[in-house]
Amino acid sequence: MSIAGTRVVRVEDQKLITTGGTYVEDLRGDALTGAVHAMFVRSPIAHARITSIDTSEALAAPGVIAVYTAADIDLPPAPVDPVTQSWLADGVVRYVGEAVALVLAEQRYQLADAAELIDIDYDPLEPVSSIDAALADETLLFPEHGSNVMQVNGKEFDEKTFDDCEVVVTRTIVNQRVAPVPLEVRGAACTWGDDGRLMVWLSTQNAQIARTVVAAGLGVGEESVRIVTPDVGGGFGAKVGADPEVVALGWAARHSGRAIRWTETRSENLTSMTHGRAQQNTITIGGRRDGTVLAFRLEVVQDTGAYPRLPFLPILTELMASGVYHFPRVETASRAVATNTAPISAYRGAGRPEATAAVERAMDLFAAEIGMDPGEVRKANFIAPEEFPYQTPTGASYDTGDYATALDRVLEAGGYADLRAEQARRRASGDPVALGLGISSYVEVTAGDDSGGEGGRVDINPDGSVTAYTGSSPHGQGLGTSLAMLLSDQLGIPLDKIAVRHGDTDEVPKGIGTFASRSLQMGGSAMRLAADQVIARARELAANMLEASPDDLELNVDQGVWQVRGAPASSTVTWAQLAERAGEGELSADEWYDEGAPTFPFGAHLAVVEVDTLTGKVELRRLIAVDDAGPVVNPLAFRGQRHGGLGQGAAQALLEVMNYDPDGNPTTATLADYSFISATELPDFELVNMETPTTRNLLGVKGIGEAATIGSTPAVHNAVVDAVAHLGVRHIDMPTTPVRVWQALGDARKAEAK
Amino acid sequence: MKVAIEVNGQTVAEEVEDRTLLVHYLRETAGLTATNIGCDTTSCGACTVLLDGESVKSCTMLAAQADGHAITTMEGLTADDGELHPLQRAFREQHGLQCGFCTPGMIMASVSLLDHNPKPTRQEVRDGLEGNLCRCTGYHNIVSAVVEASGQEVDR
Repeated sequence: MSIAGTRVVRVEDQKLITTGGTYVEDLRGDALTGAVHAMFVRSPIAHARITSIDTSEALAAPGVIAVYTAADIDLPPAPVDPVTQSWLADGVVRYVGEAVALVLAEQRYQLADAAELIDIDYDPLEPVSSIDAALADETLLFPEHGSNVMQVNGKEFDEKTFDDCEVVVTRTIVNQRVAPVPLEVRGAACTWGDDGRLMVWLSTQNAQIARTVVAAGLGVGEESVRIVTPDVGGGFGAKVGADPEVVALGWAARHSGRAIRWTETRSENLTSMTHGRAQQNTITIGGRRDGTVLAFRLEVVQDTGAYPRLPFLPILTELMASGVYHFPRVETASRAVATNTAPISAYRGAGRPEATAAVERAMDLFAAEIGMDPGEVRKANFIAPEEFPYQTPTGASYDTGDYATALDRVLEAGGYADLRAEQARRRASGDPVALGLGISSYVEVTAGDDSGGEGGRVDINPDGSVTAYTGSSPHGQGLGTSLAMLLSDQLGIPLDKIAVRHGDTDEVPKGIGTFASRSLQMGGSAMRLAADQVIARARELAANMLEASPDDLELNVDQGVWQVRGAPASSTVTWAQLAERAGEGELSADEWYDEGAPTFPFGAHLAVVEVDTLTGKVELRRLIAVDDAGPVVNPLAFRGQRHGGLGQGAAQALLEVMNYDPDGNPTTATLADYSFISATELPDFELVNMETPTTRNLLGVKGIGEAATIGSTPAVHNAVVDAVAHLGVRHIDMPTTPVRVWQALGDARKAEAK
Repeated sequence: MKVAIEVNGQTVAEEVEDRTLLVHYLRETAGLTATNIGCDTTSCGACTVLLDGESVKSCTMLAAQADGHAITTMEGLTADDGELHPLQRAFREQHGLQCGFCTPGMIMASVSLLDHNPKPTRQEVRDGLEGNLCRCTGYHNIVSAVVEASGQEVDR
């Protein structure tokens, strides 16, 4: 009987709930005995020339092994197109938190003492602390580049685009900068072996890409670097590859001849790990008063932070601009600008949440303008089920979907009509606690990366157990359990005899990793291919042993044995018997799957909020979600991914923002200041099922890692605005904190009085 | 200075620097690495342990302050025969963990919570765990795990 589709408790958990995971900081192996501790000294100023660095006093401090600065590191800088980034700041600092010096000391507590003794003189430059300041191009982060604009995409807009529209609404909305905040901060340990290879233990989402980055940075061949990924305490996109710190550590380990351990502090993490989102989007939507949208325009300005790290973010936003709608005309363009803030990179959704937030706010603004229910406006513009595969005007090819059914299901589950009636009652009675309903219909793209492909290897061990190796790099998603379930079904070998390994580049030399919700569709398909190969080889071997034709053999997956079709049960051979007979590597297959295409999960969310109109305080009361990612392998993990996504998406709508003051100082640099969402601020989630398969990979699955984040932010955001719409409010930028809601209510009152 | 702490029933006595934090004493001196450090402002709760049965955040306490006291970490919840504590079991059954980093602190805070309130409502669990942050689960299944461990039915 198939276990795929049934709820299976994770094999990963036993260790995590008893001795705890083994994260980088927990490593106690011989290779790190006597390792020195490392700490980066970071810029306290957003934009400045470094005029001098005096490390002499620090070098004399107890336990200090070395203090390195840019002058020491003889490596060419990293290309961050169209500029470059030094491994430690060289001459100029461009954001608070940029690494300027690297201290090595025998003991952890000696690091902070020594760091205080390093004397760095800064000559302040004008800070560029906002997108608008960057666009003004008065102060340039990279004068040699000639502009703060790092990248431009899209065609010039057609001035006639909205000519035939009865109604046109335009507005600039902010998709604020947020911090990924994995509970485990960044960490690494490294040592050069006697064999001339660098060994790095790294908290990363993809060991193989990290190896490429580290080897390139150090100017050595990839064969000279081995990355091992221990347990990883969350990544959310911000642990893709390896950050510049890791190259600096690898260099320092070579230069000092010592093994090194590094773990950043949470304040460092909040100021120097990459942030996400950070877009300013101008939306223009036009159509007829019957609810038909005729044209949509999205103009993206992406804040890249001080160094452009992920140029495809605004491009993905453009790609997904028209969302679930059949808009006849769509225009998009983007610019990416550098500011004196921490660099921006992927964060759960990476470009797609911004697209969904823009189009879903636009739909609500359009609905409000024509006085139509936001659900009805959406239904009037959905791509119809029979239109798939659907080519969007922005170049995406949607595989499968049924957007109207998703919305119908979520509205029915939520009791939408009753909620609207309750809202009307409260409004009529002047209840100061207003009810708000927010809808978001979304589609996103998973495995949309260009890197393509994933590796999978299956070995049948001599005892008939399985060791499988994946190029994916799970760090909390439960992919190990999901892959083992698929293998168990395919091979007829029980779950407890299947071990899934990943993250060591010597064991798995080829791999892409875990990001873009790609792991099940790519890594799972690769594993399917490898198991197919093993089955084909086993068939030959079993045929030989049973003296039958391979064509007459079948794998009885219920019993895990090979048998001759129609023959008595006595003539069977087990995997263990096969493995005993097989030559070295005969029951082993290493496959690369690269035929898959991006898939397009979709869904609909309904958020219910209460807003205290006297204080502006928002309470999220309900969050109801349809998230359709095709057939589900493990409902336990699938629901867990949705829960996590819903929580993180709601957090952006309600609370979270990474703030900088006008001088470029981060003002949310600790978890006491950054409004990380807690259990009290979230409701229980209400999940509604829907499964629409895709044809674009071997398993028919789509990704679920980011979908619920993408859908929930605009649902919650729209609900807050809806709650106070009757008081004259049309928009409030995220996060919808009490002070912002209260100000919006005050502004609306003033506008009405005029 | 010399600090002696009973950790999970065993006395650990070592000479440490005066400023040694309790969490570092547990991780480095006692060699128990389940207890994690997630922040530097007593905000995230990843380092939560029990001090004489009450939950404390071990990153904001000096080891010296725990001298002569008894500490329980997540490692200490598992019985000698390997039998799991009801909360450990419930976190697994209800999928109350994903990356596992917040889990030791979350479970220890939950032990303390159930000690004070043996039959909490879901909202009471949410309020009781406000000082423990999780980035992966959205908290839904953590609440379910604590409710299950309290012997109440989980209905969602």
